[in-house]
Amino acid sequence: MLLIYCPYCDVERAETEFHCGGEAHIARPSDPSQTSEEEWVEFLYMRSNTKGVAAERWRHIHGCGRFFNAVRDTVSDKFLKFYKAGETMPDLEKISKEAGK
Amino acid sequence: MSELLANDLITPDAGESPLLSLSEVSILKAAPLTRLSLRARDASLKDAGKAFGAALPVNPLLAETSKKRAALWMGPDEWTLLAPEEDCQALFTAIEEKLGDQPHSLVDISDRSEAIIVSGEKASWLLNTGIFIDFSIESFPVGTVTRTVFHKSPVMVWRTGTDTFVVEAWVSFMEYVTGLLVQSAQELEVA
Repeated sequence: MLLIYCPYCDVERAETEFHCGGEAHIARPSDPSQTSEEEWVEFLYMRSNTKGVAAERWRHIHGCGRFFNAVRDTVSDKFLKFYKAGETMPDLEKISKEAGK
Repeated sequence: MSELLANDLITPDAGESPLLSLSEVSILKAAPLTRLSLRARDASLKDAGKAFGAALPVNPLLAETSKKRAALWMGPDEWTLLAPEEDCQALFTAIEEKLGDQPHSLVDISDRSEAIIVSGEKASWLLNTGIFIDFSIESFPVGTVTRTVFHKSPVMVWRTGTDTFVVEAWVSFMEYVTGLLVQSAQELEVA
């Protein structure tokens, strides 16, 4: 079982308390009426499906209920960084280098 | 038992027989309580605390108690306020009046959940049969409160004493929670 750190509760908890919310940092089109169908498709369905280091949204659903972001290596399942929602995306390349990838 | 009595808010329901009473651990149903769910911004916390009668904790997983009051941290902008059953209406009005038009949400959730008191030297062992949390006193000190999962049911666990825990679950899940706890405790009888 994965251990996940919640930056709001400041504790590490078991995976069963959390829900994965998919790829992080996907911005909703700011003006929906001016957005083409292709752009909607891109926003709604197209994900990068990274093999390696990726930023994901997680929710501490059976805890504080908050969404936060985590950087996880999708190959080894190892978490490399946790940060609160709204914070800017960390440099994934730098993180993966530090982790020795 | 002395630890239980030290808490003036969560008291065993006198009309109910104990769900479990072993020398190492016991489970008692708690008497009904007023539970209010408050969601508010930082600027309103002082006012809300004053109207309620106990300061709202801002540090994660903490509970603030005062006479007949307990404010439990549930999330960065969410608190559960506990008080005796009969104070419900008065408290609700007092907090609403104090907060006025500051953005907030106050909901009476008294009847949503029930509480049990799990106490005894094997209390943390018993809870650990269904909860993946380290209940050692260093990492889960007295006064810590958290929502978590017990097997498949969402519960709230509040440590009110070294060997005493208050466990809350939704009314319809309580039978599941107590049933599994009592069943797991059979292991102690055999030993």
